[in-house]
Amino acid sequence: MSFELETAISPEKLRRVAIDPVSRVEGHGKVTILLDDDNKVHQVRLHIVEFRGFEKFIQGRPYWEVPVMVQRLCGICPVSHHLAASKALDMMLGVKQLTPTAEKVRRLMHYGQILQSHALHFFHLASPDLLFGFGSDMAQRNIVGVVAAHPEIAKKGVLLRKFGQEVIRMTAGKRVHGTGSVPGGVNKSLAPEERAALLKDIYQMVAWSRDAVGMIRQLFEQNLAEYNAFGRFRSAGMCLVRSDGAMDLYHGGLRARDVEGKTLFDHFDYGRYWDVIAEDVKPWSYMKFPFFKSLGAEDGSYRVGPLTRVTQCDSIPTPLADMERQEFMAYDGGSVTGATLGYHWARMIEMLHAAENIKDLLHDDDIIGHDLIATGERQERGVGVIEAPRGTLIHHYRVDENDLVIRANLIVSTTHNNQAMNTAVREVAKQYLDGVEITEGLLNHIEIAIRAFDPCLSCATHALGQMPLEVAIVGADGTVIDAATRDHRGLTRELS
Amino acid sequence: MTAPTLIFGWGNPSRGDDALGPLFVEHFTALAARHPEWGEVECLTDFQLQVEHALDLQGRRRVLFVDASLDAPAPCALARVQPARDASFTTHAMSPQAVLKVYADIDGGEPPPCWLLAIRGERFELGEDLSAAARQSLQAALQLAADWVDCE
Repeated sequence: MSFELETAISPEKLRRVAIDPVSRVEGHGKVTILLDDDNKVHQVRLHIVEFRGFEKFIQGRPYWEVPVMVQRLCGICPVSHHLAASKALDMMLGVKQLTPTAEKVRRLMHYGQILQSHALHFFHLASPDLLFGFGSDMAQRNIVGVVAAHPEIAKKGVLLRKFGQEVIRMTAGKRVHGTGSVPGGVNKSLAPEERAALLKDIYQMVAWSRDAVGMIRQLFEQNLAEYNAFGRFRSAGMCLVRSDGAMDLYHGGLRARDVEGKTLFDHFDYGRYWDVIAEDVKPWSYMKFPFFKSLGAEDGSYRVGPLTRVTQCDSIPTPLADMERQEFMAYDGGSVTGATLGYHWARMIEMLHAAENIKDLLHDDDIIGHDLIATGERQERGVGVIEAPRGTLIHHYRVDENDLVIRANLIVSTTHNNQAMNTAVREVAKQYLDGVEITEGLLNHIEIAIRAFDPCLSCATHALGQMPLEVAIVGADGTVIDAATRDHRGLTRELS
Repeated sequence: MTAPTLIFGWGNPSRGDDALGPLFVEHFTALAARHPEWGEVECLTDFQLQVEHALDLQGRRRVLFVDASLDAPAPCALARVQPARDASFTTHAMSPQAVLKVYADIDGGEPPPCWLLAIRGERFELGEDLSAAARQSLQAALQLAADWVDCE
């Protein structure tokens, strides 16, 4: 099965243009574009060129090491892996309900992560394109350029991120790769002086987050036609929602809707995610391609993350963010809710939601409590799902009677978005690159489409042993003498 | 209140001699605790130097950046750094000069006096321990930094 512009019919006759590496994203990836002599686009692929293999080397480790180990997947969203693994191991330990202090400290850590990650993405990575223009001078199109031209905006971005990192440091023990969350609970709560230090600044953070929503709204108002059309495509979506349908980024049931907005499943128990999601592999990518089983691999791809969460939830349970959600949904008759660049607007609404949540949690005395760990009846396996900054994150472990992990499966946010990102870059290629002389500024349009998803390519690489592989032996005259292809079904050998 | 002296070391503790920055900070924190006459000294560490670290410079009287270096003469070298816009912002990690420039752009003023202590490293592979030469250089760097705190 192949999507439009995924595979050219005669690639050997085409000219290849590569964006390598894709910049201002986490991790390493590249985009290849195949063009004919008239610059007509025949093939566009987003490739992930690094490899992790965490699912394999977690095997054989004691389960209690896992929440700390899996953070090494990534330097940007380690807290999300820390918490998803902890949730999976809560289930494995039979803990059905954390203590109030443990749940609230974990939530505080999670909202700190959402705040710092969204601020990093919007101000450091995306704002240069939005403030200076998609094809603007490359020398200016970066965070240092934003600092020089818009110091007040840059300063807010830097301070928002720093505040989020402080929340993480105080709840997890370190700004990066902390240890605060453990199977069954947490190993520390907030000290009263830590709480006071965060309370001093949180109201400013709420105000600045609100300003950021206003800023992206203003950018849409100024460029509505271009932003709405940019890389636009229809997609299904999936996210967690609370039992009443409200947004909950820490816990809930799975909700999925198809491209028409029709509900495919709702409040689905994520402990059996494999009943509704399967993963396809392609020989040209290390990253898996998840799809809804009920729709099949061809029609079942979907997207996750801020745009899906904000548009699929029934409400946001903090007042300012919910007001912004309603305005976003109604703006221009709802047109921006389907725009790829609508991710940025939705992301800033979530940042405001995170700031409001942090404020509320800091006023809750449970966060300085001392009842940290719950216990239960040990199970063989556990599944933990969390809404990470980039989307739904699934951790699944099986643990043997010696407490060693015997199987691990991770489906990270960026993997869910794999097909959606490929579709978005193909749409942009059709819109901007087809039949014209390619320039750096035009190629940046492709990167802007990828950046809208805020992908974390480090996290999204494939599990060892399931990695698809193509090997070709090419003669001195360029002819292929022998080729072998391995996919998840085994080895298929072909002699040309 | 912000400590007037900031020691900021960076590097990846899991990459051989790249651990020199964080290890320096760890040792210097203990050293500063034994020298109350130095006044308040804040020691910070991170994996990389980035834009947000410009804000860590606010309210300081003096700053010492500490990093492992393949180019520095063994065992270490101390030099004053000035704000400068370079190409380091396009990489994962910024130079101290670029961070000072960000400070000047955001704050609209001169950054505090800053020095870079570059400690000679030899091996930076993932999973490696600190090399024997780097261990020796670390001791020399700690002595040089102690002299800097005393004299500057």
